[in-house]
Amino acid sequence: MSNQIRTKIVKEIKVNLDKCVACRACEVACSGFHANPKYSSFNPSRSRIRLVMDMLNDVYVPVRAGEYTSAECSGRHSFTIHGKEYSECSFCPTSCPARDLFKEPDSGLPLKCDMCEGEKTPLCVQVCRPGCLTYEEREEECGEEELKPGEMEVGLQSLIEKHGYQKVMDTFARLSKKG
Amino acid sequence: MRYAETGFDLEVDLTRGNIDKVASDPDSVERYLGGQGSAAKILWDRVPPEVEPFSPGNLLIFSAGLLDGTPVPGANRTSVSTINPQSNLYVNSGFAGFFGPELKHAGYDKIVIRGKSPDLVYLWIHNDKVEIRDAGHLQGKSALETASLIQKELKDPNIQVAAIGLAGENRVFQATIEHANTNTSRGVGVIMGDKRLKAIAVRGTKDITVAGPAELFEICNRHYQEIYDNPHCGDVLLSEEDNSWHVNNLAWGNAGGRIKGYWTKELKDEWAVQVESEHITQQWENYSQEFEEVRETVVDKSTRLRGTGCFNCTKECHQAYSLPGQRKYFLKSFCKLAYAMAAYEDLTFNYNILADMQDYGLDEFSMPQIIAFAVKLYEAGILTEEDLPDFPLDGVGRFSYLLGIIARREGVGNALANGIYLAARQIGKGAEKFDHTAKKIEQEPLKLDTANYAYFLMCATGGKMNIAQIEGSFPQIPLPDKEEREQFVKNWEAAPERFKEWFLQWAPGQQFSLEAAVDIVDWNEAMHYVDDAIGMCPLLSSFRGQFGGRPPYHLYNLPRFISLAAGVDLDSDRLLEISKRNRQLVRAINVRRGLRRADENQPEEFWDTRDSEIEQKHLDAYYAFKGWTSDGVPSKETLDGLGLHYVSAEFQKRGIQ
Repeated sequence: MSNQIRTKIVKEIKVNLDKCVACRACEVACSGFHANPKYSSFNPSRSRIRLVMDMLNDVYVPVRAGEYTSAECSGRHSFTIHGKEYSECSFCPTSCPARDLFKEPDSGLPLKCDMCEGEKTPLCVQVCRPGCLTYEEREEECGEEELKPGEMEVGLQSLIEKHGYQKVMDTFARLSKKG
Repeated sequence: MRYAETGFDLEVDLTRGNIDKVASDPDSVERYLGGQGSAAKILWDRVPPEVEPFSPGNLLIFSAGLLDGTPVPGANRTSVSTINPQSNLYVNSGFAGFFGPELKHAGYDKIVIRGKSPDLVYLWIHNDKVEIRDAGHLQGKSALETASLIQKELKDPNIQVAAIGLAGENRVFQATIEHANTNTSRGVGVIMGDKRLKAIAVRGTKDITVAGPAELFEICNRHYQEIYDNPHCGDVLLSEEDNSWHVNNLAWGNAGGRIKGYWTKELKDEWAVQVESEHITQQWENYSQEFEEVRETVVDKSTRLRGTGCFNCTKECHQAYSLPGQRKYFLKSFCKLAYAMAAYEDLTFNYNILADMQDYGLDEFSMPQIIAFAVKLYEAGILTEEDLPDFPLDGVGRFSYLLGIIARREGVGNALANGIYLAARQIGKGAEKFDHTAKKIEQEPLKLDTANYAYFLMCATGGKMNIAQIEGSFPQIPLPDKEEREQFVKNWEAAPERFKEWFLQWAPGQQFSLEAAVDIVDWNEAMHYVDDAIGMCPLLSSFRGQFGGRPPYHLYNLPRFISLAAGVDLDSDRLLEISKRNRQLVRAINVRRGLRRADENQPEEFWDTRDSEIEQKHLDAYYAFKGWTSDGVPSKETLDGLGLHYVSAEFQKRGIQ
């Protein structure tokens, strides 16, 4: 096994909340990019970036779709930042049953941001002229190469999950005695 | 396949509670585009002149622009069309924000409302599910509050709401329809109130498809930058620090005059509200070993929290301000100077009065004139202490007092709430002398020293009843220096050649030739008709040619955007033709309702000296240019030439000529 340090490119979208003007161009561009054929239809409901907006409290937060979860979390915090109150959900990227965001409107399937694979910069960043969204790439150490589990490992793992360690070990011991 | 539009209208009958989803004519895009244009066609077809504005038969049409919901930056407006009770003529007023695109995504290009509900209701549109719901709990609430309550009630913060305030509920003629931080003006809110419709809430999750996907997005993506960088578009008054030109040169229609030199450097510096407050702290006193009270005066400044744009537009035409120790306030586009021009006391007053106006849901343009009118009547002794009990002495107090009685229709406020023209006649006792309306509608300030006959024409004949909705492509004032003019013309992509020539020759104090005047008026107006059909913001287009001559959208680039989005074959000439068709149709609606040459004038005191002979000559030339008879009626040839055979046939049937 080599000890060479490996790096990976981390793609990141930075959000400057003060610069958002609430135009939602990011939603328009994202939904267009992911339409098939590309840019043939537009629909903010399909966008993988959504603006969480509360005009009366001056809250404007663009959030990118992240992982799917089948259950609501217990997050009920509210944060006060520079005198403005944000709910925990304001920053949460999860496609979750508690809210409408990040679900295909027709099928209800979860949506996830893919950083616009193949484009120089993600589309939402391209159209964000006020500079609320900016794109950064940086290299990051990712430690030693992770070994991909082999076939036998996968098989064993599932046996362990099904029957538990003890039973698998007992069976293995019995079988090896016979051998 | 319909591109850019959904192909469906929502028909709502509030009397019977009936709701229909109706497919619209696919040809109407090529003939009228959409927005105001196709709404005018519906009004022509279904609202004959026998229908009174306040009758259940009058329609209130919310019409999203053709390009709303497409990626074309800045196309987000909703046009509201109906028959105005003040003038008994056609009216169209738009608002921006997020409503139009949401309506398109819900699957409708228009909402056509007829009938009258017995009780206050609101309409809830969620894709194919449409409900008429009780709005008893929203009665008297401001539009912003209403929106927030509806969002909570339906548990969806993405719902877009257009609502009326107290003034609309009370059928005040100047009532607005408010949405987010924008609103309509000119008499459409009163019809919404008359129909007992408090609000429309809409949420849509459907796709809008476009005809030329990759190419359209490519030009749109570049246009975001063009719009963002262009200093001559958007609400330039908001971003401009020195507003001296507007403040020094314009006075409201009912103000007696304009004091020059009114906008000073101090005023400019002061354009942030300062609030002084006493700050008390306790401090440990070393020698006496006691707590001592320390008092100091702290000056807090108002802060601009954020500039916000409308859907898919990066211009920050709306501003959120926080007043120290007071409310947060949204300054709508174009309101910054509304009160500074009318009655400047101090800026806190300016902000407070605008906030009150937003709460009541009243139009920022006509209200100051009605208030000025009332104050003048009071000063002239026509309105007395009896009409206005406990009338305050100071300007601030008077403003708030009058706003309140008008919004609630209390006492003499009941007459004032009908607009200046009708109020003057209801009050009588010589109040008519103080009426400076045109076609019974309050007009914007245009008190210029020298006559400008192109403006006379726009004021007198404009189908949009309001100069800000008519002017804008050709500059308001000439540049004194020839070289500057040459420079201006060099970058003036938006203008057809002949307008460049006329502008080059136009020196201060000089009048246009007849030929130039009518053509300029026609072009100014045509661009607004284009914008209102496609939902484009005039601050990026028709209203922004005049400063700097570099509107992001104009006659020569719009056809490409429209073709790629909607899939109609279009060039500049065809676009102009559609705009002219829409204009003639609006004219025809008004002519059928009785509008004739005798009604086409401008308020008397707009200019000190007026030459009626020259004015009439201009009217003659303009009518001829438009293809109208000398009485202002579109001729059969004009109508047939634009394919409006059904209009000319109706005229013939009714004996209109």
